[in-house]
Amino acid sequence: MTSLATVAAQGADLVAPAAPDGVFSLVWLLIALPLAGAAILLVVGRRADRWGHLLGTLMPVASFIIALVMFAQLLGRPDEQRSVVQHLYDWMVVGTFRIPIAFQLDQLSMTFVLLITGVGSLIHIYSIGYMRGDPGRVRFFGELNLFVAAMLLLVLADNYLLLYFGWEGVGLASYLLIGFWFAKPVAAVAGNKAFVMNRVGDMGMSIAVMLLFVTFGAVGFGDVFAAVPQADETTLTWIGLALLFGACAKSAQFPLQAWLLDAMEGPTPVSALIHAATMVTAGVYLVARSNPIFDAAPAAATAVVVVGAITLLMGAIIGCAKDDIKKSLAGSTMSQIGYMVLAAGLGPVGYAFALFHLLTHGFFKATLFLGAGSVMHGMRDEVDMRRYGALRTVMMLTFVGFGAAYLAILGIPPFSGFFSKDKIIEAAFSQGIVIGLVTLVGAGITAFYMTRMIIMTFFGKARWDDDQHPHESPPVMTVPILVLALASTVGGIALAWNSSIESWLAPVVGFSEPHLAIPNWGLSLITLVVVLVGAFLGWAQYGRAPVPVTAPRGAWPTRAARADLYGDALNESLFMRPGQWLTRVLVFVENRLVDGLVNGTAATIGGISGRTRRWQTGFVRSYALSMLGGVVLVGATFLLVRL
Amino acid sequence: MTNVPWLTLVAVVPLVGAGVLALLPRGRDALAKMLALVFSLAALALAIVVTVRFDVGRAGDFQLVESHEWMPTFGIHYSLGVDGIALLLLLLTTVLVPIVVLAGWHDADANPRGSVKGFFSLILSLEAATVWVFLATDVFLFYVFFEAMLVPVYFLIGRYGGPQRSYAAVKFLLYGLFGGLIMLVAMIGLYVVSGGPGKGTFDFPTLAGLSIDPTTQKWLFAGFFIAFAIKAPLVPLHTWLPDAAAEATPGTAVLLVGVLDKVGTFAMLRYCLELFPDASRWATPLVVVLALIGIVYGALLAIGQKDLNRLIAYTSVSHFGFIALGIFAMTSRGQSGATLYMINHGFTIAGLFLIAGFLISRRGSRLIADFGGVQKVAPWLAGSFLLVGMASLALPGLSSFVSEFLVLVGTFERYRAAGIIATIGIVLAALYILLMYQRTMTGPTPEVVSDRVHDLGVRERVVIAPLLVIIVALGFVPQPLLDVINPAVDRVMTAVGTTDPPPTVPVQTAEGTTP
Repeated sequence: MTSLATVAAQGADLVAPAAPDGVFSLVWLLIALPLAGAAILLVVGRRADRWGHLLGTLMPVASFIIALVMFAQLLGRPDEQRSVVQHLYDWMVVGTFRIPIAFQLDQLSMTFVLLITGVGSLIHIYSIGYMRGDPGRVRFFGELNLFVAAMLLLVLADNYLLLYFGWEGVGLASYLLIGFWFAKPVAAVAGNKAFVMNRVGDMGMSIAVMLLFVTFGAVGFGDVFAAVPQADETTLTWIGLALLFGACAKSAQFPLQAWLLDAMEGPTPVSALIHAATMVTAGVYLVARSNPIFDAAPAAATAVVVVGAITLLMGAIIGCAKDDIKKSLAGSTMSQIGYMVLAAGLGPVGYAFALFHLLTHGFFKATLFLGAGSVMHGMRDEVDMRRYGALRTVMMLTFVGFGAAYLAILGIPPFSGFFSKDKIIEAAFSQGIVIGLVTLVGAGITAFYMTRMIIMTFFGKARWDDDQHPHESPPVMTVPILVLALASTVGGIALAWNSSIESWLAPVVGFSEPHLAIPNWGLSLITLVVVLVGAFLGWAQYGRAPVPVTAPRGAWPTRAARADLYGDALNESLFMRPGQWLTRVLVFVENRLVDGLVNGTAATIGGISGRTRRWQTGFVRSYALSMLGGVVLVGATFLLVRL
Repeated sequence: MTNVPWLTLVAVVPLVGAGVLALLPRGRDALAKMLALVFSLAALALAIVVTVRFDVGRAGDFQLVESHEWMPTFGIHYSLGVDGIALLLLLLTTVLVPIVVLAGWHDADANPRGSVKGFFSLILSLEAATVWVFLATDVFLFYVFFEAMLVPVYFLIGRYGGPQRSYAAVKFLLYGLFGGLIMLVAMIGLYVVSGGPGKGTFDFPTLAGLSIDPTTQKWLFAGFFIAFAIKAPLVPLHTWLPDAAAEATPGTAVLLVGVLDKVGTFAMLRYCLELFPDASRWATPLVVVLALIGIVYGALLAIGQKDLNRLIAYTSVSHFGFIALGIFAMTSRGQSGATLYMINHGFTIAGLFLIAGFLISRRGSRLIADFGGVQKVAPWLAGSFLLVGMASLALPGLSSFVSEFLVLVGTFERYRAAGIIATIGIVLAALYILLMYQRTMTGPTPEVVSDRVHDLGVRERVVIAPLLVIIVALGFVPQPLLDVINPAVDRVMTAVGTTDPPPTVPVQTAEGTTP
């Protein structure tokens, strides 16, 4: 382990990228395949009803296979040759502003590519069953492909502006998919909300890219990171904060979190894709990728930790109060991404674990969402957990998958969450007791809301209506769930084995071993106790007595959590309503004052109001006369000048 | 072959077309339409010939130059020439006109106030005037066509427009004449400064080489700038635009906002900056502030509109703010971005106005509230509208992103605060486009919409497809355009006497491009 620690915090700047030979000449294809799928399916439309879903599934699967080959090749190389840059062409060049379309495949992007294409492919397969019978299935697969392509571009870009391309592409895909059922006004509004809030974050991204360019004269990762030591800390802090602002929007972190809870209007596989494999992980990627900047700007890194800590608790609290299974899971995602953001803010002790948790979370959150989708599929799209109950007998396979993911997110050994979350808690405690406690408390709350969820859904008495006939989903849906559940079960121990995840990532993001005042196993034990207490409280409240079908009014903290801790109310009163008011006032000002003033002035000066009225009756001859007047004027002026 | 006056030909062909159409007997409407299409395509073919003969390596120089004495007493020449910027605007114009002709195929049918042949004749004469404006290298010649452009537009709006057409047409004309008058005075002043009668000249390259005393420069600059700011238009001189664009037929609105208004920003870059460099630098703070106001104010007003056409017109007010900002940022990024923005905006606004026009003609209303759920009954129409809308809000991968980001970064290089304020435009653009899309295309479909709104027909697809292809292609591969623009912008930068601010921590890039 000591050899690992010495690599600390020195990453990309030391590694000269290798040439894209062999299979690595196909890096572009990773993106091009799903992009082509999107283009074909969206253009062909319903004429592809019979084969569209197959093509749509084939594309990410093909990318995944290519990615696996690349991964195997990278594993066979020494650390310093694991970064490959493929330059396609110059996107835009103006003087020294040179932005290439170029891809960088290294340990960090490889990790993401495997997650995106692997989990993404399973979600595609699942969607074949989930969207069967929906008239827009081809469009759905086209947009899913677009999502995967944009996310791959985001993680494979070799410079910040190209990353921004993928970043906004992800925003577009999420807009399209959240608003997939566009005939429902709520869905359309939710899509808008996601896009607009992401655009607010994009202001931060734009400013970050502009700051990078005026500071370094370049926006390529290699160029920027090599020059970071020469930049002053204030500039780097601003860059870090601007990047963080962008990350907050994409990863649904405080204060730009509100869109995620509404994003549930999209079909459930979309939620799985957004929450597990794409979109919300982008913020974590951005911070991890920019590690040289954050390492050199401690104030910005602290801001990252604070944002993560706040969101971690907010999301967990919201997750406790929601009766809609998808919204409860959405709160959970906010919270879990909060863990990753917090860990990433801790610096070299945390980056690797942030990414480790991102992977395990990708497995178990995808399982949970696909499981929730399977439940909804068998319950005629019912999402209210108070209308569920006792489903473990009728949906055995879904229950097994969901249960494994439940144990994983709680962090029960040997399930995957145990390894990744514990590492984050360790890292947090090594940096400060307050941050450590936040992560510990978060783990307890997580156990509470997840226990509540699994009890309300699968245990207790059946609370559904008589005409409901819950049934297990077809294998095309349950098999992906079970595959992901398997990954949730063994993924943690596999990656933690022999510190393989840390060694793999250390050349890019650095690594230093967290040092604790107490032995690691002691902290693990404490964490486990807290988790069990949380789970027990969940059982005590929901497992012992029947769950009422209508929600009790609840104390004010419950009501606040149901209202998303007033995130929407805040946005509405601070931005939306004043904005609407401002718009109305400006329209009035424009029509009455600006236009009126200009018209009035013109009329007064020229005394032309009368003539204007005459023109309006259509006398074109008078217009011709005025033109003639103009010509005479020109002639007269010339004569004057000549004299 | 070297003596073929290619540039004159590009302008003359549509003018001849306009004449031929005007002379057609009444009742030959189908023939008139076909001829209009043929002549506009011929102009496009000639513009392509010009492009092929254009030497990209010397894109900063005037090429394919023609010059003939016109009024020797006053030093007035008929002289044309094309540099990189003018070349692209020429292509924009000649590509859009055939599209507009095809899009407006039925716009003049059964119009009691004007004939079909008249409609297309006016479009072609407008094309001719615009081409000459972009190609003129004699200031007087430029002025003549700058004024001449007003005439066909006045009739296109006044005869073929919507219910408020007379008001809109007169307002457009008065603004135009007012600007033209001020420019005329300034132009004569410039002539006097250049030596006066007998010795004076209107030749642009000669005038650009003059060194004029700073006070005089400021007055002359003001005269030219006001005329161009009305045309562009820049807040607060913009109020003619929403009226004119809303009342015009869709095709006229495209030519008006997509091409004619570009004359304003084109002329700011060419005439204001190169003729009056000191005054331009002096006026920069004011113009930057006006441009920023335009970006935010135009976008907020767009959000607040109830009329589809007016909404689209106000998005342009915001986008012209970006273009002016890029020009007056006085950096190569800003000016190249602004020039590219002129081109990209032309295609995007064409898509928006034309598709909105298809919608409006089906439903018989311009009010946004009269639509809803169109995506269900007309998916192609809705999908095209969304793609063009995404281009308008500058989504990466589509054309406008490249230009908008170049303007932003070019502004930020010199004016940090202005660059940051301009990013507000990114959020507001998302709001006006997505709200418009949400209100017209999503939600339940009212019966009146499902009865009347049907999907794009063959002619309409032929009209829209090239625009979509251009928008996507220029989003991924903008560099060929930038290669043509950059040298011309370098010429302007040299004339103004500014250079790009260097980075604070210069990086030695792999290519060693950073000085």
